[in-house]
Amino acid sequence: MAQSRRKPPRVGDGPIIRRVLIGTTLFFGAILVLAPLIVIAVEAFSQGLKAYAATIAHPDTRHAILMTVATALIAVPVNTAFGLAAAWAITKFDFWGRRALLVVIEIPFSISPIVAGVAYLFVYGLQGLFGPMLEAADVKILFALPGIVLASMFVTAPFVARELIPLMQAQGRDLEEAATSLGASGWRTFFSVTLPNVKWALLYGIVLCNARVMGEFGAVSVVSGNIRGQTNTLPLHIELLYHDYQAAGAFASASILATLAVFTIIAKVALERRGAGRRPALAAAAKDQNAGTSP
Amino acid sequence: MKIRLDQVVKTFDTFRAVRGVSLDIESGQLVALLGPSGSGKTTILRMVAGLEYADGGHIYFGDQDATDIPVRDRGVGFVFQHYALFPHMTVGENIAFGMKVSKTRRSKPEIAARVQELLRLVRLEGLGDRFPAQISGGQRQRVALARALAVDPKVLLLDEPFGALDANVRRDLRRWLREIHDELGITTLFVTHDQEEALDLADRVVILDQGRIVQEGTPAEVCREPNSAFVMRFLGDANRLSANVRGGQAFVGETAIEAEASSDGPAEIYLRPGDIEWQPAGEGLAASVVRVLDRPGSRRVLATVEGGAALEFDVPPETDVRAGQEGRLTIKRARLYPA
Repeated sequence: MAQSRRKPPRVGDGPIIRRVLIGTTLFFGAILVLAPLIVIAVEAFSQGLKAYAATIAHPDTRHAILMTVATALIAVPVNTAFGLAAAWAITKFDFWGRRALLVVIEIPFSISPIVAGVAYLFVYGLQGLFGPMLEAADVKILFALPGIVLASMFVTAPFVARELIPLMQAQGRDLEEAATSLGASGWRTFFSVTLPNVKWALLYGIVLCNARVMGEFGAVSVVSGNIRGQTNTLPLHIELLYHDYQAAGAFASASILATLAVFTIIAKVALERRGAGRRPALAAAAKDQNAGTSP
Repeated sequence: MKIRLDQVVKTFDTFRAVRGVSLDIESGQLVALLGPSGSGKTTILRMVAGLEYADGGHIYFGDQDATDIPVRDRGVGFVFQHYALFPHMTVGENIAFGMKVSKTRRSKPEIAARVQELLRLVRLEGLGDRFPAQISGGQRQRVALARALAVDPKVLLLDEPFGALDANVRRDLRRWLREIHDELGITTLFVTHDQEEALDLADRVVILDQGRIVQEGTPAEVCREPNSAFVMRFLGDANRLSANVRGGQAFVGETAIEAEASSDGPAEIYLRPGDIEWQPAGEGLAASVVRVLDRPGSRRVLATVEGGAALEFDVPPETDVRAGQEGRLTIKRARLYPA
């Protein structure tokens, strides 16, 4: 390798193809992803810092932020617990309907969120299945926080489980069996052995889940009723502002959401790095440990 | 601790993995469960450990019925085939794990001292701060053993302990495990599909086939007196010849073979490669050489005898024998099983 200065081009590595592909990627990346982000930043501050601060400080915006954060604070932990339980059940136990459960967990991925919203309307709405019952008991689900949380949870149900299942499947049951044979209780085994070995995948799943909960529009817009200052989450609030021709306000609110998203991406990349830093060592170890099983 | 299995049965879905196994393991013995894959040996080991529950029968530890005691309280040390070391803990933390989670409280210095003692026992001093991914396969194996011994188990159970190691490391570790066993005197049961390993290491060998014990005894007993054609074949290279027993004498073709024959009729004769002697001419079974394989200490000759049966035998390295050569075979030892 060292003596040949000119690296022989690999198949498909011609300079023209190279330039065209890289150029195309950069071009579309710029107009599809980067430009809108820049527009948000520019437009948000188009009427000065003061107007930006005023928009953010507006009670309706503050309430929308609060709703979004509250939704995330409930939906993300619940879905994390659900994801852990589901991944554990699917990977560590054999039971009837295991494959069916895998499919069910995936459904929210493929269903349009608006369908979920409409379904919730049908189940909990006044004309719906449990509507009259809930009305009688004076429990408000639709057009209130519970409905928003439920819809968000439906949409993000697979996020944590999908990250954990392949990893836990690859790890098998040996580690848990070893811990138990050494005298560890179920909880101890979970916290000292299972959890540390999946923690990066788990955090990754939580980050993705959180990003989606905060950004969810379709399902939430159906069940929230869009009541300004009451049931509006940040994405819904942005849409309302926009329809009210308050472009600067809409962009200012959007900038908050975009900032949240950027932080999420940074966290995601950092987690992937951590995961990548450890995974090859672990994978190599696993490979070593598995090598020569059947000589 | 003496272990006794009484008519133990285990079924997976529709597959009978273990079909009524009874076995006594005396205190302090080192016993090998030997069998081909699917013979139920690992399942038996896991039932003794409590990782798997028996569908029928009983397992006794001493006088105590341990059949339903969960693995956590059974007091066994289990070494997994792929070691199952905790990848996020150092070697030292792996070894300390059992002591940390134990119901009997130990102080930190006490645990640290014990970890050092175990590291010395498995000859890994100074590696306590490494992670499992940073040590070799043989070292991992020893860490797994130290971790299992840390909880002062009444019984030590090893699942294919040397399966994932290369041949030289395997032989060294085997001898070393024997030394450790003799030093600690702990009742030990291990699973292997490698005959040499079982014969090398164990006080007693239990040979399994299709969920049943087919023979058990000391290595000498099972080697000298294999009670079935299966055991004969499984324990090492064996040649098979079809024979006929007439009047207490076995015949291959028209040649009489020296063997203990019981009833008249068709039979199978089994010969170890070392049971056959080669002469270029003279008395015995006529044979023609097909191939000669050279080995470090001998030459392995592949030959066919009258009737077309293939035989393998060993000759001293200086013997001059070539493919295509004709000669005579005399049988020094043979075992006869009814066909």
